[in-house]
Amino acid sequence: MSPLSPIISLAEKALPAELPISPQVGEMSGRTEGGAVPLPLPIGKQPLPTEAAPVLLAVQGLTKHFAGVTALSDVSLDIRPGEILGLLGENGAGKSTLLKILSGVMPPSAGRITFDGADYAPSSPQDAKRAGIVTIYQELSLIPTLTVAENIFIGRAPVGPLGLINWRRMEADSRAITSRVGLSIDPMTPVSALSVAEQQLVEIARALSLESRLIIMDEPTSALTETEVQRLLSIMDRLRKDGVAIMFVTHRLEEASAICDRMTVLRDGRLAGHLDREGGPIRLPAIIEKMVGRAASELYARPAQRAVAGDVVLSVRGLRTVRDPEAPHAIVLDGVDLDLKAGEILGVAGLVGSGRTELARAIFGADRIAAGTIMLEGRRIAPASPADAIALGIGLVPEDRKHQAIFAALGILVNFSVASLGRFSNGFGVMAERRERDALAGFRKMLSIRMASAEQPIEGLSGGNQQKVILARWLARDPKVLIVDEPTRGVDVGAKAEVHQILVQLAARGIAVMMISSELPEVLAVSDRIVTMRKGRITGEMPGAEASEERLMELMALDRRDARRDEARGQTV
Amino acid sequence: MSIAEDQKQRGGATLARLLMSFGPLLFLVALVVVFTVLKPSFIDPINLFNITRQISITGLIALGMTFVILTAGIDLSVGSLLAFCGMVAAVVAKGGAANTLSLSTSGTQGYGWFAALLAAVVVGAAAGGVQGLAITRLKVPPFVVTLGGLTVFRGLTLTISNGGPISGFDASMRWFGTGLIGPVPVPAIIFAIAAILCHIVLRYTRYGRAVYAVGGNAEAARLSGLRVDRILVSVYVIVGFFAGLAAFVLSARLNSSEAVAGIGYELTVISAVVIGGTSLFGGIGSVGGTVVGAALIGVLQNGLQFNNVSSYTQSIVIGLILILAVAFDRWLKSRVRR
Repeated sequence: MSPLSPIISLAEKALPAELPISPQVGEMSGRTEGGAVPLPLPIGKQPLPTEAAPVLLAVQGLTKHFAGVTALSDVSLDIRPGEILGLLGENGAGKSTLLKILSGVMPPSAGRITFDGADYAPSSPQDAKRAGIVTIYQELSLIPTLTVAENIFIGRAPVGPLGLINWRRMEADSRAITSRVGLSIDPMTPVSALSVAEQQLVEIARALSLESRLIIMDEPTSALTETEVQRLLSIMDRLRKDGVAIMFVTHRLEEASAICDRMTVLRDGRLAGHLDREGGPIRLPAIIEKMVGRAASELYARPAQRAVAGDVVLSVRGLRTVRDPEAPHAIVLDGVDLDLKAGEILGVAGLVGSGRTELARAIFGADRIAAGTIMLEGRRIAPASPADAIALGIGLVPEDRKHQAIFAALGILVNFSVASLGRFSNGFGVMAERRERDALAGFRKMLSIRMASAEQPIEGLSGGNQQKVILARWLARDPKVLIVDEPTRGVDVGAKAEVHQILVQLAARGIAVMMISSELPEVLAVSDRIVTMRKGRITGEMPGAEASEERLMELMALDRRDARRDEARGQTV
Repeated sequence: MSIAEDQKQRGGATLARLLMSFGPLLFLVALVVVFTVLKPSFIDPINLFNITRQISITGLIALGMTFVILTAGIDLSVGSLLAFCGMVAAVVAKGGAANTLSLSTSGTQGYGWFAALLAAVVVGAAAGGVQGLAITRLKVPPFVVTLGGLTVFRGLTLTISNGGPISGFDASMRWFGTGLIGPVPVPAIIFAIAAILCHIVLRYTRYGRAVYAVGGNAEAARLSGLRVDRILVSVYVIVGFFAGLAAFVLSARLNSSEAVAGIGYELTVISAVVIGGTSLFGGIGSVGGTVVGAALIGVLQNGLQFNNVSSYTQSIVIGLILILAVAFDRWLKSRVRR
């Protein structure tokens, strides 16, 4: 039994039948697979909020200066009850600043905000909450060691006549509150036992119990699986019908397009425009054009010049990984066969939990292998650690940049050279800093990394520039095989195309590139050849030119393929 | 990213780095000025050299502790390890623990100062290595392992010394504690050389880069091909080595190895490192900061003593300064981040 399925079935009971939860959800068996309903959602049918509804929050001419820098300039927007407003923009467009002002973290330099007809100038996040605006950040603010009920009633627990906590009432009230968001868990469960998605719902439930009239959600879906995203979107839809206003801040355009009634797009701290759902969902190209100020067709354009693939560099046969008894639900590889050729980009498409990241980690020596062989240039290898794999000429750009790739507080130079300290030092182990700086300067130019200095802490760079530094880290080693896992996650729309172009250039230099991605347009745009994965196995392979989103999605998401394969295997044995 | 934001970050980062590296130093200078105004003889070279002698023992250990804290670790055992290494050095220097209370310096059958020094640093490094292995192999947090070490090494010290001191070393050994080269005390010279070496290692070698990387993000370090466990063990070897070296210098200075030596040193040492701006979360810090931190504590102690402040009050003041120094650091960072 998967850890999520009981919650999902409970959620189905708790939610009214007409909710647009995808029918596939109930059939799911895997932990995270199966929820990939092709977006957009069938949500757009509910009536639009009538124009007559009074404006709940109105922002006019909002401006914010920081020490001579204008982070936000003359931004205006409004939101009505029962409406979901998307707030979109690249990193650095001013979304966070706007959020911080609305949630009372900082005051604006100029401009006027009215909430429910009255002037709104919160002095603190608590003040904003009292006024009825709750912000739910990406980093959740629940206390993991406390129970769901304690978290919901934090600071306002119901007390009995002696001033002692009335646990029974707290539990009953919590149950009622969480059921509003379709969550039927025991309120006495510690929050640490919940998944990220459930924790998020608890936060939303808490916001609702505070009589919040505007809920601001900052990138709520970035840590969720596809199924969980669908669920969250359904709940947002339900709240909308209850008359709650939601401001949805996201990078994920498909989701925004599926759920938002209107969108406000920011660019470089200014208002780039408003978009309105007119009958159908707001179209992605229109959003992208507003965000980046140029046509969307440029962004996922398939880079033209392709190298001809050479010999097989990396060959994987029957690869299986160890099932960890402490994590029985973790994904294990279940016999993966794969060939990777010099000069090609192999796209690996799969949903979260398909085993694509596990495949990368197994090849890279980061996870233990139970069975199977890995051959590099015809020789069998068995990397027992990333250090071994790196020495053999394999590089990995991990999926979670913040936790697995960057040294946030350290400078760009240190981040760049960490995987090639041996190459940038002399026989006594003393760093050859001149050589190191020259190399970084070369990559800075080649990859057009926008940075101030080699000493600048990497956390100050945008996601795209951080990713370029990580790519440079591996290029400095001149690897034979480069595995990139979600290379454009958290990267601005505009910088994505740059990263794609870099990958194509690397392949042109003869590097065998394996690109793992859950963004199908990206897989289609960049890959010479594509394999799909599901449940720790390869479920299909095709040349990039012949692939389409529909075909890939079918191979990634549907169970019957597995059944058919198993059948075929049974016959041959 | 917009150009404006880029510039903002550039300016902010430079200012932050400036303030963070010079904050403790400004504090130190201010203290010296205050004490000099209170009592002009404070600035006397004799007194200043006296201070350097005082800080060199904990300073040496603080150098090693900087490596440990840079990896987000901690070593609470250094005070006990210092006593243990001191006792080992004494046994080697005197050729046995039998003449425990003998103050005679003639007719010793010991192995000489060099063997004593070697024994102290080897035992210290080995003890650190064992603790490092316990941390990496047994996956016990450094706090717990070295808390255990604190008790174990004190117990070992008491066992080999039978609870008493071993005293009376020959003149060549005592020179390392009491000697002068020109006007400069030998311990201060040892400390200065060690500090310069540590600075070079951390700032200019690939090993130093690896220490910062492991402390900055251990998982990213592993995925970048660093042998994280080896580096973690190595920093405990280094701090153990310095505990041994400090033990040798202390024994030479006191002409005696005491079983109760070094009690509470771990706190002084960690204070020096933290006041010097090294983050307990790892990845941020420098040897220069640690030297300033150690000097700050030394100047405070000496200056307060100079002004006849009781040692009870001294501990209160030093504790408060520790908290204030870190609070100041935080405040600077939050100001700059905005």
